[in-house]
Amino acid sequence: MTALRQRLAELRGPAVPAKALDARALAALAANPGCRRRALLDGAGVDKSALAQALGSPSGFGQSQFAFVRGNAFEAKVKADGGAELLRLVHAHLGGGPEPTTGAPDGDPAAVRTPDLAAAGPEGRAARTALALREASGTRAWTLLDHPMLALDVAGSPAFLEPDAVVVHPDGHWTVVEIKSFPMIDGAADAAKVGSAARQAAVYALALQQVAGHLDPAPPVHHRVLLVCPKDFSNQPTAAVMDVRKQLSVTKRQLGRLTRIEDIADALPEGTTFDVERPAAELTEAVESVPAAYAPECLAACELAFHCRERARGDGEVTALGRSVRGELGALTAVEDVLAAARGTAGDPDDPAVAALRRAAGLRAEALAAAGGDTAC
Amino acid sequence: MSLIHTLARLEAVESGRAQPLAMVRHRHLAARPLVFVPLTTAGEAGAPLGALVGSDRERPRLLVVPQPRDRDLRFAFLADLAEEVLPYVDSFAEDTEPAEQSKTDPETGKRVKVEVELCADAPQLIVPSRAGVDFVRLLGRSMRFRRTAEQDPDTPYPAPARVPLLGRWLTHFAERARVPGSTLIAAMTELLARHWATGQSSLEDQHLGALLAWIDPPGGDAGAEAARRAETARDAGGQLLCPPAGPATDPAFDNKLLAPAIERYDRARTALAAADDGPSADHRLAELTAAEREIGALVESRTRPTWDAVWHGLDLLNDLPEGERAAERWTRDRWSYTGHRDRVLAGEPPQPRRDDAVTAANKLAARETAQARLEAQEALDDPLVMAARRLSGEAFAGEVTEVVMAYSESKRPSPRPLVTLRTDDGPHLAERAKVYRSLAGKPQSAQFVGYDEEGGVVLRIMDKMGRGKEPDEGSVPEKGDQVTWTLFEHAPRGGPSLPEPEDTPWTHGGPPGTGAEAPDPVTSEDTL
Repeated sequence: MTALRQRLAELRGPAVPAKALDARALAALAANPGCRRRALLDGAGVDKSALAQALGSPSGFGQSQFAFVRGNAFEAKVKADGGAELLRLVHAHLGGGPEPTTGAPDGDPAAVRTPDLAAAGPEGRAARTALALREASGTRAWTLLDHPMLALDVAGSPAFLEPDAVVVHPDGHWTVVEIKSFPMIDGAADAAKVGSAARQAAVYALALQQVAGHLDPAPPVHHRVLLVCPKDFSNQPTAAVMDVRKQLSVTKRQLGRLTRIEDIADALPEGTTFDVERPAAELTEAVESVPAAYAPECLAACELAFHCRERARGDGEVTALGRSVRGELGALTAVEDVLAAARGTAGDPDDPAVAALRRAAGLRAEALAAAGGDTAC
Repeated sequence: MSLIHTLARLEAVESGRAQPLAMVRHRHLAARPLVFVPLTTAGEAGAPLGALVGSDRERPRLLVVPQPRDRDLRFAFLADLAEEVLPYVDSFAEDTEPAEQSKTDPETGKRVKVEVELCADAPQLIVPSRAGVDFVRLLGRSMRFRRTAEQDPDTPYPAPARVPLLGRWLTHFAERARVPGSTLIAAMTELLARHWATGQSSLEDQHLGALLAWIDPPGGDAGAEAARRAETARDAGGQLLCPPAGPATDPAFDNKLLAPAIERYDRARTALAAADDGPSADHRLAELTAAEREIGALVESRTRPTWDAVWHGLDLLNDLPEGERAAERWTRDRWSYTGHRDRVLAGEPPQPRRDDAVTAANKLAARETAQARLEAQEALDDPLVMAARRLSGEAFAGEVTEVVMAYSESKRPSPRPLVTLRTDDGPHLAERAKVYRSLAGKPQSAQFVGYDEEGGVVLRIMDKMGRGKEPDEGSVPEKGDQVTWTLFEHAPRGGPSLPEPEDTPWTHGGPPGTGAEAPDPVTSEDTL
């Protein structure tokens, strides 16, 4: 373990602190498990944004301060008064005990506990959270964990995750709460945003399951998580339950598929480093030594996407046009090969993919030629 | 995406230029569209930051909300927007032509024809991208339940007079956007992507600047290079040279330019409110005006490139001849516009938050029919689209090699000629499958009989040959003719009609409630 840590620190560069993996990054990683480049860079805690900048293909990512302020203000509002509003929503949607009342005496099942989770460093906070969860499971009361820290093993290195909140119900269930500032209008929110929130929440639920697994008996973790959003055009919170069973199993499987970082690191040439202080040419070489699996979806999820896209285009990979394109072309993966096969200058005519391509090319040429003259049909 | 489409993309990669996906324009474009380029504030639900709007390419109207969190300023913006949009929408209401519509007679329950008005033309809203259509829907939702002081004197924050009406129209436009082939409102990226295949993925095609860079690269550069510049190139101050088409803004713009400008505006406003004498108030008012103007200039600098790009896109699309059947779909848009005009005139309440069961089912059925109709019409209008259908076995073309006269076995025998076609296509013909061809714009149907010894397709023509014993002149293909047959219907119709909303069975929630829905409850922190 220490040898791996040593190795990852070398990859990152001597003076660079590790960038923590968050749930968003994990969800993105799980969406493209075949990408060794992303697995290694994220695992080693390399600042991909700075790396992309150093490579000359900076990412366009960033957060508007308006969104940031709004998000924080909304979360603070939801958690105000010892989380009274938040717990009311949890109780209304998921039950699991009597209606929570802040200020009820200890021992009353309606009482609300909000343990202090402060500790030094992520490891300390994760340990503190695990302890608080263990205590909470025995009390048969409501417990609200505000920004707990959960540890999750990702491809052999620990990732520390910070959900917005975790609630322990008096009946012993654990629930992940995700607070987002996009609105829920007439009970419906933007599908893409809800989807990414669900994938994120699934990562938290997975980490929570690992913590629960260390207890005996293991407390049940709700596979239904609570999404809290502003209602309509107001600042009032409203909530909806998301069933993340599917996302949970997908994430679990994809994270399991991630090639172990050690193996990727071992395959690198001696002395490889992603230290952004190094010259661009050396960095490019280092990045190129780890294979990537670029697809257009990366543009929305990975800081290195523009760099990988240039490479993929330079190599004439058809996947640069979309994963579905790759699917219908069979064994042909390069633009040049596909076009040669379509024009009949290469490829085996008995290959169904080649035959379909020739037919398509013939029909397209015929239609374009016909349109030049009079329009048929 | 069909293989032909993929092939076009690959050709675009190779040539560095977008390749045609259509030989004609499959969407009707109005002679005088209203272009709307909105910007929104990050993190806020439907808090507009500003917009460029208008139907005069040279003189767009700039609307700005200097402090998007201020309700009064937002209302002022929406009132100004109503002033631009509603006169445009209304300008099509007067010019009508008589038309017939079949309606159910409430007394006899029979379908009867009634004479109604149909507007001769309809408004057309053009937004830069799909997100723009969603923003129009959001604005519509945020406005249509608002109450004006005239409607309800007790309402805590009365909306300006025409704002609820604008909300209803924007809602109608956004709802219509869900009907395939409709262009009452259209997103420029979707219009362009329908007609050209670029050498990038469909995900990247959602960037209007990058899409245009492939179709019409400035200075004849390679498309990929021009598109990359449009996506990522920044000036010395770190700002994108080609700002995103909105409504979302670039975070770098928000953080470096907009936030300080809004802060200056807020400071100037506080200072003005605190001013205690005339001269200092004058001075501070000047500062406030300057701060406001600065935000206006910022908003214009981010929307003007998109505005120009949208008009550029319209130019490119107008260069294509309009598809023959696009006019038929536009007529349906005119019906839609006329229908909503009538509902507004009749004083009906705004569209409900959620449709009742019958309305929702009707909408879905109508959209499915529209989708099938659109696919059929595009194929008939365009050999390139037909080629994709031929590739997938849904149509076939070939030369007629033999025509044998035959007759039906009824008392009055009618002509049922057998036509043999030599084709290289591989249609998926089931036994006795029905196929169609276009005969002077009308579909003629035939039945698949079988294959002859040489693999030719034998068809029996079934109709459109006149009433006599001999088929009408030109109604039966002759030897040597090139004919295209389709396995899909040319004018697909929807399923059986649904009950009236009042007759909704209890299994589907029963009849919907009547009357207008209550406005959203107002809180002091409302964003809209």
